[in-house]
Amino acid sequence: MSAGPFTERVSRALADARLRGALRFTTDRLFRMRRQAMEVLRASAEQGLALGDFERVRARAAAIRQHAVAHLDYYLGQAAEQIQRRGGQVYFARNAEDVGRVVLEIARRRGADLVVKSKSMASEEVHLNQILARAGIEAVESDLGEYIVQLAGETPSHIIIPAIHKTREQVAELFGRVIGHALSADTPTLTAVARQVLREKFLRAGIGVSGANFVVAETGTLVLVTNEGNGRLVSSVPPVHVAIVGIEKVIPTLADLSPLLAVLARSATGQQITTYTHLITGPRRPGELDGPEELHVVFLDNGRSRILGSEYEQVLTCIRCGACLNVCPVYRQIGGHAYGGVYSGPIGAVITPLLGGRQEWSDLPMATSLCGACHEVCPVGIPLHDLLVRLREENVAAGRTEGGERLAMRLLAWAWSRPWAYRLSGRIARWLQRGFFAGSAAGDGCWSERGPGPLAAWAAGRQVPVLAPRSFRELWGDLVAEPAGPAAAVRAAREQPEQSGASGPDGPGGGR
Amino acid sequence: MRVSLFITCLADLLFPEVGVATVWLLRHLGVQVDFPQGQTCCGQAMWNSGFRTEAAVLARQHLAAFGGSDYIVAPSGSCAGMVCRHYEELFRDEPALLEQARQVAARTYELSQFLVDVLGVEDLGASYRGRAVYHNGCHMARVLGVSDPPLRLLRRVRGLELVEMERPDLCCGFGGTFSIKQPEISVAMADEKIEHLNAAGADLLVSADLGCLMQLEGRLRQRGAGVRTLHLATLLAEGVGLA
Repeated sequence: MSAGPFTERVSRALADARLRGALRFTTDRLFRMRRQAMEVLRASAEQGLALGDFERVRARAAAIRQHAVAHLDYYLGQAAEQIQRRGGQVYFARNAEDVGRVVLEIARRRGADLVVKSKSMASEEVHLNQILARAGIEAVESDLGEYIVQLAGETPSHIIIPAIHKTREQVAELFGRVIGHALSADTPTLTAVARQVLREKFLRAGIGVSGANFVVAETGTLVLVTNEGNGRLVSSVPPVHVAIVGIEKVIPTLADLSPLLAVLARSATGQQITTYTHLITGPRRPGELDGPEELHVVFLDNGRSRILGSEYEQVLTCIRCGACLNVCPVYRQIGGHAYGGVYSGPIGAVITPLLGGRQEWSDLPMATSLCGACHEVCPVGIPLHDLLVRLREENVAAGRTEGGERLAMRLLAWAWSRPWAYRLSGRIARWLQRGFFAGSAAGDGCWSERGPGPLAAWAAGRQVPVLAPRSFRELWGDLVAEPAGPAAAVRAAREQPEQSGASGPDGPGGGR
Repeated sequence: MRVSLFITCLADLLFPEVGVATVWLLRHLGVQVDFPQGQTCCGQAMWNSGFRTEAAVLARQHLAAFGGSDYIVAPSGSCAGMVCRHYEELFRDEPALLEQARQVAARTYELSQFLVDVLGVEDLGASYRGRAVYHNGCHMARVLGVSDPPLRLLRRVRGLELVEMERPDLCCGFGGTFSIKQPEISVAMADEKIEHLNAAGADLLVSADLGCLMQLEGRLRQRGAGVRTLHLATLLAEGVGLA
């Protein structure tokens, strides 16, 4: 992925008013709901009714996840053993190919030609639907958002809200095509259509495919968190349940779920708890009425083990809540598809290059203003903004920089580590700016409409500040000698001749 | 009490009046101010862009310039954040410099942080007419961890109506070299911030970081929008009649 496609995707996204409206509406709503949920949590904690406020619970959640990832070999082994002991099959998949082989083999053996899925980012990562389609097997997404993007022939643009970029009118149009007549865009009508279509699929499907939010090692329990109940249907109605799970999703004990579920729902959607929390321990046992005949758990590596032990290890503690997307000022402008990968937002900008290749995804670490909002809300405290800087360092070290950036930075470092050269560079820059861009000064002469070199990109949407006639260090001598002197000079050089302004100093010396 | 002014390259080269206002404010409060001539730039732009080696070169110069200072005060939360939070990481493998970095970091303050937390001053006796929004720079808030002091100072300014805009947590889109490397996204972010400013009915935008102010003023001027931008130091200095 070179600079071209990313910039193109960004331009396309920014030109799409409907997309940006939908993004702003939903991310603002999720932002407010998360904040409210955290306030309630704090109030409950003060009354002794909760595990603690956000900071406290997140410290526990982070510690659990960091411990699990640091000892992943042990807990993964334990999880596999426990799943098998309870009658499940366990597979370790290195990549998409391995996952495809496992799932297709099960489908062949069972003669399944229809697969229903609940939301699973791991299955998105290996493009399972395409693998199944190539083998002539129909895969139907049963999460409402996933179903919408599947009908649109798109990919999810948010980790937990796959169709965040769609308006209800667009959804009505898509569903209308399925049902064969026009639909009103109200929620009951649309959900009724989805229910009607999907129920039939659940009943006919030979295999249900899900992901898992967590896998509890001590009991071999898969934990699925959903709001629509489709996870329960996927994992219990078809005769076979296949769960595709990133290897990093393992946690040591059932007790660990308490803080993790507490931060997951609140961080994701601002709920105290999600509507459904499924704990699945093995397939149907003799004498039981419900559940699948077979349970298969596919642990997916796909580059994760390379991150273990590296300075990026903490990204493996991610619980995929999507909070970092919801607060990201860049994501809310461009949406998930602009990132180009399966995962978007700050977490996507970090893990996509780690999983998919630094070279191919070298643009993504630049898709951030490093504001740090992601770290602030992360329920497991991943320092995403720091990791993005690390990835930029890798880009620099590998020579993946643009144009004359490296030369400019080197020159600047050389000159600005010498005070005399710093002073000289300021004078040269001033001379150049005034010489070449004198005619473009706007208004008061302090701002210009054009900028030299890299500042041309700045000037495309913003005026460029003009270097001051005298730098502060040049004024310092006057400031020491005559405290009132340079004030007049600075004002004369800087301030616009002001009419009766609406605002201004009102103090004794304010003059107005 | 003696303070060394950490001017920051942006204020030094582009907005020296902010440095002048800072000096006056500190003197007004009885603080002696010196200006270490060895200072140039803290290296933040390099650090954030992934040029670690180049950032370290500038950071070394900064440590040398401020090694003898008791208090170091900058009219920028972002640059103070660089020194206070990232120098340690930058020199993690160089014990001698790491120790210097820790010492300098412990003495470095953003201006409003210094006024409120060290000097214990909130009411400067300033007056300023206007309906103002305060924009908290992301690095000042989230890297340096300073959010409250500017508001404490602004609340005590007579005549100033302080209003809050929607989603004050959102970045203005500056982000150092991000503003040049991703100009389209950066401008879209500035536009949303300006939308929120206008919705709040503000005629004044105040911030303690020149990066944010440069971004928003540059965009405001381009669009011909009528909101004035002002650095906190300038507002306070003008408000107490120093300018």
